[in-house]
Amino acid sequence: MTYDGFKSFLLLLALLVATGIFLWRAYQLLWINLRRGQPSGRFKHWGERIKGVFIYVGAQLRLFRFSVPGTAHFFIFWGFLILFLTIFQAIVDGLVAFANPNFVLPLIGRFGPLALIQDIFALLVAIAIIYGLIVRLVVNPERYKGSHKNQGVMVLGFILTIMLSLLVMNGARINLGEDPLHAWRPISTIVGRIFGGLHENAQVIIVESAYWLHLGVVLLFLTELPNGKHFHIVTSIPAVLLRDLEPRGKLSPASVFNGNPGVSEVEQYRWRQMLDFYTCSECGRCQEVCPAYNSGTPLSPKLLIMNLRDNLKERGHALTAGLSNGVMKKSLVGEVITDEILWSCTTCFACDQECPLFIEHVVPIVDMRRHLVNEGRMDKMLQDALANLGRYGNSFGQSDRMRSKWTMGLQPAVKDARREPVDYLWFVGDYASYNATLTDVTRKTAEVFQKAGLNFGILHDSERNAGNDVRRVGEEGLFEMLVEKNSQVLSKVKFQTILTTDPHSYNTLKNEYPENSTGRMTVLHYAELLDQMIASGQIKFTKKLGYKVTYHDPCYLGRYNGIYDAPRRVIEATGCKLVEMPRHGDRSLCCGAGGGRIWMEEKQVKERPSESRIREAMALDGIQAFIVACPKDLTMYRDAVKTTGNEKALAVRDLIELVYEAL
Amino acid sequence: MKIAVPVKFVPDLVEELNIDPSGTALDTAWLRLIINEFDDHAVEQAILLKEKGGGQVTVMTIESEGADDFLFAAAAKGTDQLIKLTGDFSHANNHGLACAYADILKELQPDLILTGVQAHNDLDGSVGPLLAEQLGLPYVGYVAGVSVAGDKVIARKEYSGGLVAEVEIKLPAVLGIQASEKPPRYIAYSKIRQVMGTAKIEEKPVATLNLSGGSAVSRMFQPEVAQRATMLEGGTDAVADKLVAIFKELGTL
Amino acid sequence: MSQDIFVIIEHLRGRVSEISYVMLAAARPLSKSTGGNVTAVLLGQNAQGLANNLAADKVLYMDHPALAEFTSTAYELALVGLIKENSPRAVLFGHSSIGMDVVGGVSVKLGLPIVSSCRSFTPEGKYVSQICGGKIMVEGELPSPTTLVTMVPGGYKAEGGQSAQAPALTTVPAPALDGLRVSLKQYIEPDTSDVDITKEPILVAVGRGIQNKDNIELADELAKALAGAVCASRPVVDQGWMPTTRLVGKSGKQVKPKIYLALGISGAPEHVEGMGESDTIIAINTDPNAPIFNLAKYGAVVDLLELTPVLTEKIKSAKGG
Repeated sequence: MTYDGFKSFLLLLALLVATGIFLWRAYQLLWINLRRGQPSGRFKHWGERIKGVFIYVGAQLRLFRFSVPGTAHFFIFWGFLILFLTIFQAIVDGLVAFANPNFVLPLIGRFGPLALIQDIFALLVAIAIIYGLIVRLVVNPERYKGSHKNQGVMVLGFILTIMLSLLVMNGARINLGEDPLHAWRPISTIVGRIFGGLHENAQVIIVESAYWLHLGVVLLFLTELPNGKHFHIVTSIPAVLLRDLEPRGKLSPASVFNGNPGVSEVEQYRWRQMLDFYTCSECGRCQEVCPAYNSGTPLSPKLLIMNLRDNLKERGHALTAGLSNGVMKKSLVGEVITDEILWSCTTCFACDQECPLFIEHVVPIVDMRRHLVNEGRMDKMLQDALANLGRYGNSFGQSDRMRSKWTMGLQPAVKDARREPVDYLWFVGDYASYNATLTDVTRKTAEVFQKAGLNFGILHDSERNAGNDVRRVGEEGLFEMLVEKNSQVLSKVKFQTILTTDPHSYNTLKNEYPENSTGRMTVLHYAELLDQMIASGQIKFTKKLGYKVTYHDPCYLGRYNGIYDAPRRVIEATGCKLVEMPRHGDRSLCCGAGGGRIWMEEKQVKERPSESRIREAMALDGIQAFIVACPKDLTMYRDAVKTTGNEKALAVRDLIELVYEAL
Repeated sequence: MKIAVPVKFVPDLVEELNIDPSGTALDTAWLRLIINEFDDHAVEQAILLKEKGGGQVTVMTIESEGADDFLFAAAAKGTDQLIKLTGDFSHANNHGLACAYADILKELQPDLILTGVQAHNDLDGSVGPLLAEQLGLPYVGYVAGVSVAGDKVIARKEYSGGLVAEVEIKLPAVLGIQASEKPPRYIAYSKIRQVMGTAKIEEKPVATLNLSGGSAVSRMFQPEVAQRATMLEGGTDAVADKLVAIFKELGTL
Repeated sequence: MSQDIFVIIEHLRGRVSEISYVMLAAARPLSKSTGGNVTAVLLGQNAQGLANNLAADKVLYMDHPALAEFTSTAYELALVGLIKENSPRAVLFGHSSIGMDVVGGVSVKLGLPIVSSCRSFTPEGKYVSQICGGKIMVEGELPSPTTLVTMVPGGYKAEGGQSAQAPALTTVPAPALDGLRVSLKQYIEPDTSDVDITKEPILVAVGRGIQNKDNIELADELAKALAGAVCASRPVVDQGWMPTTRLVGKSGKQVKPKIYLALGISGAPEHVEGMGESDTIIAINTDPNAPIFNLAKYGAVVDLLELTPVLTEKIKSAKGG
């Protein structure tokens, strides 16, 4: 048998074996487990889904949020696609070598400009890879903590080898004069010159060695793909294609297993979520922006997903083999992922926002929290808060009769929406109603509404906690009860629009409450309404406040519901000068109170997120005020300003206070 | 082992308490009732004993606001039998309550009866000892820990000063619970909802209650505040300064 | 049938409890309004010596091995006979782990009414009880011929029940006390390895307002700066944030320090029972309606978590540190 015949045979064999291993591993690790997963519903809006693939996978949009690594990955990704053709070429060339050793693919193999692009990209990819290696080996940033470094370095090594071997192979071919497109491969030519002086036989050996190295590593990489984080190469497009298009602020209801809500073992997740676990590339961007992680709690969204993935793989094997020991005895909730990790999350959505592959982190956490609640596994403070919410409709443990005590003495009196029809039903929220230090802001809000000529009313003591954070804590049953109670009251009230001061109430009323008799309720945050009224001229400011301020985007107003500009326009309309903090907009750092954390015992932390935020604000030159649009933010930041010793330097004020002053 | 837990509901102190026009009783218009905290601990202790050594737990209450919800929650924790006494309890005192419970318990014949050591609205003694005597059973109160040893129980009885006595009691007996070994557990709403569909509350009517045993109230009033503390005004800094001055005055500094 | 006031003396391991003296102090003016004598009832074994400083007109003493240590059944049997025989106008029990164990049984056996949580008596002989966490006071007549009363501290000073002269003691026969179903196995000592807060002149007390275990450090620092010790109310000990040796209250220790600095403590009666006699009480609480402000000499409505570190610093600098 000739060398070429041998080459074709060996290549075919290697191809079959590698593909076989890849498919077998993909089946064992992914397919079998996805089959075990719960149904994920029907997928609609295919137009938007496909558009997403072009934007987020094609244009790699989210990756550029970290600009340098993003650029590197852009080239690696596109290089991969473009150079895939060279691999394809190489394989076909090899397969037909036994018949035609000098075979070159028609079209693709003869198209000069394509050869040029491939050549340049081979270099760019190599540079990007070297950058990647430097980052991984030398810089070793925080966000990689916990990621599999060796795996990462190995794959980078693979890709670098693939690129360099390609260039070497091409270079040698050019040296042998066997490349008709040599003019289109300047990089390969330069590489070829390195060993240009060698004898012809040596060049041939170099060509064939580089060829085998090139394809060998490619096939090796193929077999390794399903094992680690590079599986995202295969799963990323389906993951982005099948991403959740529901409003972000809408959680799916609890799944129930054996009568118990929530997820207690990893195979209880929906298959769509399992796909997420496999798609994690361990990039650590989620970890980087996570307020819980950065304040020193044991929660890392990245490690969470990685642990879910590993647990799924292990249990998958065990379930298939019918085992009942070892990993089957290790509980997901408690052992693989500790209670403390789950309770550390503030549900701020920074992780989900940051993830280039649209992996959901908050949803799996809430699913597991539902299990914890069902088992009664929570700290005493949270238990008391939930008991109070159930009994009194507020977490403070104060009587529901005291809810509208803050209105005492206001003239004219705040309307009772239960007794007379109103245009705007103002859903005040627990903190604004019960927290003694916040009621002066609530009263100012009422006065602003009155001055603006709004026909508004409140539910007085029929209002209950809207339930947003109750749901995020995992007490789905209590959430349903609160929704029921509030909906009953709302159905008897005549109103056009619901107005909220609290973004958490806003989120759940808008996205999760059922439609009433007239359809989906219109819900506005007061910033939206003020923005509209300023634009239409209904509100006119008499003063121009000249303060230099910064604005903190609340999680449930900004990231969850996309309201970034309205509050900013209101601030500017009051004549204040707005300066942005580095982490603003959808990068806003959560104050740490969400997800029920404000109801839980605070453990010793490195640095509270709220304190980190205040320090960020203080770094702005000449800043006078820190503007918030959420009562919990107001409480958290007023505290943080004191504990960081900035009480005299920075005023924490609600947006409504600026409006009040400027009217 | 059969364990019975009679409970009662008391005024919720979170709400404002007002005296009614007669001046001898609480105004029921604004009153809300909540489970006697010690009775809640008694239920938890009963469930803990059942989890440790098996048996059957019965919780009983009188007809009252919140009674059904409490019984269902107890069922969700693992209570096997729910009993609600019906009748007119508007003027019931603890002696009357003890009589009513005694009748049911004579039928039930439990090995152990756990009940809260006291309730904050007790005016004629607490239910536990009265009940015990009605049934001719021994009583030990201020118990914060129970373990079963055959036909006896060992109770940890708390005295002031942190002193604890281990007391052995031959069953059947009544224990007055001060605290359960573990704080009352949380029951998710979904569990309670679930149980509402399956658990049944047995209603047992009660004949006229014996209302002796206490004393008629001639006057009920809210305590006059004799003298209020001298309040130190100002923020943290100002208050701290004033406190330092006080300490100096008292000779501590 | 007599107009005497019986006081059931409580003692544990050779020491008469404070409530016994409070009851004797209460019995004195009550006996004047009924026109009878104050009789102390002492049960025990070789315990006559405990009667030496009781401020009573006479002491009825019952000696029996089964009465050496308190058990509910033994005391109940002993008292039932005594009360039935003498038919006093009122019998005062402590509202305690001893009194509450027996008063109910006596009531049902003898068909006598009970008045509980009694704090004091009016000059006309009416009882004044406090219920509902101290928020409601109840006044009424003591039904005749005999009423059983359980007393809580606060209305009378213990010194009023102590006497330099030993009262006349009469030994009365004990009934049969065998085959009892309740027996004492052993006492479990409170942990003595820790600081004895009853001996500390300055106490920094933490309540629910401390919010979590880590913040206790702040109280530690303050106590150190003041050369005192940290103690706690029941919610803090129940959570496991402080050991039971530091518990102040009805089921914990009774303390009478020079200064009691109450941080985040509401002032529930069970806690006040343990510290109400402190010389100077200073209360810090964010709730202006907390009952503790009615007891304290000085108060401030500020956040203890903010105040404590600031105060510690100022004290350290005042001490020249």
